[in-house]
Amino acid sequence: MSSTAALALPSFADAVARYEPVIGLETHVELGTVSKMFCGCATAFGAEPNAQVCPVCLGLPGSLPVVNEAAVRYAVMIGLALHCDIASWCRFARKNYFYPDMPKNFQISQYDEPLCTNGWLDVEVDGEVHRVGITRVHMEEDTGKSLHVGGATGRIHGATHSLVDYNRAGIPLVEIVTEPDVRSPEVARAYVDELRELIRALGVSDVRMEQGSLRCDANVSLRRRPAAGEPEAPFGTRTETKNLNSLRSVERAVRYEITRQAALLDDGERIIQETRHFDEASGRTSAGRSKEEATDYRYFPEPDLTPLALSTEFVDELRAGLPELPAARRARLIAEHGYTARDLTDLRNAGVLDLVEETVAAGATPPAARKWWLNELARQASDAGVPAAELAISPADVARITVLVAGGELTDALARKVIDGVLAGEGTPDEVVAGRGLAVVADDGALTAAVDAAIAGAPDIAEKVRGGKLNAVGPLVGAVMKAMKGQADAATVRGLLLERLGAS
Amino acid sequence: MGITRDEVAHLARLSRMSVTDDELDALAPQLEAILSAVARVAEVAAADIPPTSHAVPLTNVFRPDVARPSLPAAEALAGAPAAEDGRFRVPRILDPDE
Repeated sequence: MSSTAALALPSFADAVARYEPVIGLETHVELGTVSKMFCGCATAFGAEPNAQVCPVCLGLPGSLPVVNEAAVRYAVMIGLALHCDIASWCRFARKNYFYPDMPKNFQISQYDEPLCTNGWLDVEVDGEVHRVGITRVHMEEDTGKSLHVGGATGRIHGATHSLVDYNRAGIPLVEIVTEPDVRSPEVARAYVDELRELIRALGVSDVRMEQGSLRCDANVSLRRRPAAGEPEAPFGTRTETKNLNSLRSVERAVRYEITRQAALLDDGERIIQETRHFDEASGRTSAGRSKEEATDYRYFPEPDLTPLALSTEFVDELRAGLPELPAARRARLIAEHGYTARDLTDLRNAGVLDLVEETVAAGATPPAARKWWLNELARQASDAGVPAAELAISPADVARITVLVAGGELTDALARKVIDGVLAGEGTPDEVVAGRGLAVVADDGALTAAVDAAIAGAPDIAEKVRGGKLNAVGPLVGAVMKAMKGQADAATVRGLLLERLGAS
Repeated sequence: MGITRDEVAHLARLSRMSVTDDELDALAPQLEAILSAVARVAEVAAADIPPTSHAVPLTNVFRPDVARPSLPAAEALAGAPAAEDGRFRVPRILDPDE
């Protein structure tokens, strides 16, 4: 085997100029059921080890699995949202292997009769839509978690023994497999991102990559780009990089694998079909266990489970109950609210898209709702270290504040103080305005007095303004705002000053 | 048709069973006899008889998504050959030279 460390990698741009990457993705998603796939054990994350196990998920003799109906519903919903055909009849299958992450020595999965087949998902990158074909979505059970002891930094290599926690074993999973339709690391990342949004919108998984409830494997191969007039080259040998647990890792691992394979092909070497692991720290992939004994899982129909024969009514009911999906929602928000695709990405990344939509529904204009959530409130959430949705201010409160600003009753600076007050538990925006005395002072008496005082306090500046240097008025505006403790509208103050000085 | 000695060796490897050369020599013809006997089913199974994977004609046997009490961790581990830190302790997974 050639050593990757010694390999001089071409630049990514150079690699893809000569080779076309062919990428397929396999994504595992833990379904958000309260109980496991085949038994009643709880699925909560973070329990004490082996506190959520029973004879069924431990594979003890005499125990029998029974399918969790909610898991089937969730899997069908995912299939429908991915435009798949839903099988009217399918079976579970035993995947036999010896590895201590499954105490039964097999995993219940689906083999040649997946629940959902033949779908697609559209993914947008830089304004261009890429359709990614979905080969299949099948159901299976998750495996246990192993700790490897005695080797370096928990690695399985060099370990003296391993410790297994079966809490995760038996949690319902779907595996979503794409066609080899993806051609760049950016589209690979965007696909996983869009898939995650879709499944989150369905409410069937919490899709938290950092907790492993959504994990991605990337199959990557290269083929030489044909010269003009030449036919397309056949697909090259692929590698599978396992367990990518962040969007960034998906993109980095695919990018690295493209340059690594290009270097090998440039040297006239062949790509070995193997499983690889991505190392976050170095940004490289390394060979996993060699599979010289070709995987032979001896799949056969699971005798302990009856086949699934889902009726058209069952599937149609789920189809009718699907919520609005992300692509449709984006199109609607662009059409109805005038947002750009970029705005929606920003709002989503800030975790405030739902909040903005609710704020608009509560009476704010779309630009105002966007502005306050994306700037002030996202910052407050970040300072407090909580998601924006957990801030102690409701979309209705924010909408009310934007209405007060639009009506001239609050300036932006005052509105920020009102937000502080609401977050501090001082009541509704109107109660905070009253309680803190924050309304813009429009009463001419107090304002006129402050304007006169500012002019009297800086006669030289006043003279310049009278002489036509309108921009010199700034310090006077500042003095008035200070005297009014910020409770005046700066533009109004400027107008009053210029009027007083005969310069307007 | 027929099962070869190599196939028996492959199955033994997949099953993590240690089988000697003598045993392979003895087992291959025995398995061959068993398979031939079972294969007689094919003589009566016409195209209109689908392969049977389940003995009872049931489909869609479901349970509701309700969590039920699990085993106490100590009880779950009680039958394990070895346990450590509340986990099942298993022997080294990879050979040292792997």
